[in-house]
Amino acid sequence: MSVPILKQGNYLIASVQSELSDADLLKLQDDLVKRVSDFRSRGVIVDVTVLDVMDSFATRTLRSMAHMIMLRGAETVIVGIQPEVAFSMVQLGLKLEGVSTALDLEEGLALLDHRTKGDNRRG
Amino acid sequence: MANENCIPINSEIDIITARHKGREMAAQLGFSSTELTLIATAISEIARNIVEYARDGEIALSIDQKGDKQGIVVIGCDNGPGIPNIKLAMQDGYSTGKSLGLGLPGAKRLMDEFEIISEVGKGTKITMKKWVQNHVR
Repeated sequence: MSVPILKQGNYLIASVQSELSDADLLKLQDDLVKRVSDFRSRGVIVDVTVLDVMDSFATRTLRSMAHMIMLRGAETVIVGIQPEVAFSMVQLGLKLEGVSTALDLEEGLALLDHRTKGDNRRG
Repeated sequence: MANENCIPINSEIDIITARHKGREMAAQLGFSSTELTLIATAISEIARNIVEYARDGEIALSIDQKGDKQGIVVIGCDNGPGIPNIKLAMQDGYSTGKSLGLGLPGAKRLMDEFEIISEVGKGTKITMKKWVQNHVR
């Protein structure tokens, strides 16, 4: 199932709706990297609240996605990592190095506003 | 063994099916929600290894009893190329594929027991177990 991407001002919000296959994750990566330039977005939020498993593939894909988006000049924040998922990621030895995370969508938006110095208001 | 549940692993979609079934069976055994996530993640890692290196194989789920403890047994089998150096494959960060190299050693950390038997050219069999801790229920 593909992930809907909403445009809000200068930000893009990808809200994961159900468990993602590897193909879905790679599609999300491609879509987001492309849309950042289509919409000249400054920030991207990926909401993973519904994910009850984040294995090494999912983590690596999210990390690559964030780095690609950074190279396109925008910031990425991953929000909504569940406590059980966080526990399991640490046990597994997975790290989201260089990727910003926030508790939920609200915190994620606040972080982006801070990082982009409120550019969104002009969008 | 009773309650055996076998999931063929031929594509990445099967990885999701396998971890769903594993989570379901583990939930019936009374694991905590954190443990359910650990089990589902470990299944995901070994199923992914099957897809990536052997193309096809299977994950068998069953229930085991040790004294008064119950546990889930996850067996991942394939007839793939096998692992030439298990010691190396069990090291963090070692990978011959496109992964992070955390799959096998990671899965071992998530479970209570982990055994791997592999023969080059014949295949690999991974057996992992996790026991229900009575006090967390």
